[in-house]
Amino acid sequence: MSEEDDHKVEYTTVSIPIPLIMKIKERMKGTGFPSVSSYVTYVLRQVLSSIEEDEHSKEAFTKEEEDKVKQRLRDLGYID
Amino acid sequence: MIQPHGGTLINKVLPKVEKNRILEEIDEFDKISVNSETIIVIKNIAFGVFSPLEGFMHYNNYRYVLEHMYLENNVAWPFPITLDVSEEETKKLKPDDQIILTDSEGNPIALMMIDDIYGYDKKEYTEKTFGTLDRKHPGVDSVFNYKEKLIGGEIFLINEPEMYFPELNLKPIETRVLFKEKGWDSVVAFQTRNPPHIGHEGVQKAALTNADGLFINPVIGKKQKGDFLDEVIIEAYKALIKEYYPKNRVVMSTFETEMRYAGPKEAIYHAIARKNFGCDHIIIGRDHAGVGDFYGPFDAHDIFDHFPDLGIEPIKFRSFSKCSKCDAVVNDKICPHPPEMQNYFAGREIRAALQEGKPPDREVMRPEVAEVILKYKNPFVI
Repeated sequence: MSEEDDHKVEYTTVSIPIPLIMKIKERMKGTGFPSVSSYVTYVLRQVLSSIEEDEHSKEAFTKEEEDKVKQRLRDLGYID
Repeated sequence: MIQPHGGTLINKVLPKVEKNRILEEIDEFDKISVNSETIIVIKNIAFGVFSPLEGFMHYNNYRYVLEHMYLENNVAWPFPITLDVSEEETKKLKPDDQIILTDSEGNPIALMMIDDIYGYDKKEYTEKTFGTLDRKHPGVDSVFNYKEKLIGGEIFLINEPEMYFPELNLKPIETRVLFKEKGWDSVVAFQTRNPPHIGHEGVQKAALTNADGLFINPVIGKKQKGDFLDEVIIEAYKALIKEYYPKNRVVMSTFETEMRYAGPKEAIYHAIARKNFGCDHIIIGRDHAGVGDFYGPFDAHDIFDHFPDLGIEPIKFRSFSKCSKCDAVVNDKICPHPPEMQNYFAGREIRAALQEGKPPDREVMRPEVAEVILKYKNPFVI
């Protein structure tokens, strides 16, 4: 059982080379991100999302499921 | 076609053999009765409308979502999806228990595996979800009426609840197969709670111009007094589609969900659900899913900037109007003329005409649509 006070969303520290931080700061200008951390979080989410999308680039249903669904769609008049 | 949110289309419908086993042993389980809104949530989880959710949020996801609008596995999700229970009900429950969720008459709806049972702060829940504690906001009021505890855990649908308009209530797997069958790769979703006027038609057709198909997806279910009846909205759209849309470019299906009126956050929720239906774009208009003056008119546009990884893209329209100078349906990006030359399709005026039994001006509403609405003695929720 969990109680509210037992859990907090946790953060950790990641080390990034200083020259890269300088580049990130330059890149951040005018983006509206309040901190390097929020910008890096944004970039990492984009990268991970793209990787995960590639990993999951398969159909969401099997051929058997598809045939069954098509019959129902025909019955409902959605397809001929 | 776009992948489901989180990568997998969730199916939490109990297979027949397992279902029969559970039903044979039904007396052995503890049971909790849930209301009709919760049954709709269960159905949406089970059929993958809420992918990647597999049940009601456990504590960690509840906190992550409140704090970050992301699940703990780093998938965007705008507000908690929770199951509230009374202190009394929790006395018989503990983590790892399997329980049956029933409707108000005791009919089994779903099996739930309890992950955790936790306390929560209603003020924090409402403020972080709706941005206000004002109980005039229907979403806030709803949370303040929740029971004292929340329980998290996976669900498995036992019996499919009765659906409104079953012939129009497609599940994500069905819309995905349908879009594939039609050869649509790019599909734009339109969410609505009203019969269509000319402005809606303009928005939809402008968006469809750059997509393969249009998915008209009216929200049906619990409504507020004065809202259009569900059947009026559906029949009005059928008339519009029949007379004015290319048949092979439009699909209409209903979306059963409770309106939380969370404004911008609800826009993200609507987008995720439509992504799971197979849409890669969603039209977001002015004050999407807002109520009263709780949100700015374009807050639901701006929030998408914080979700670059959402997958589904918003098509943002600030306003549509009939310009007397252009003599055309326009929007603010393409028309240079001042507001006094624009007719903004005011909902209030349309309602007033319909309440008097008169069709609105044909520049505001198609006569075929008005005719359908006027067939109803009272087209509004009383």
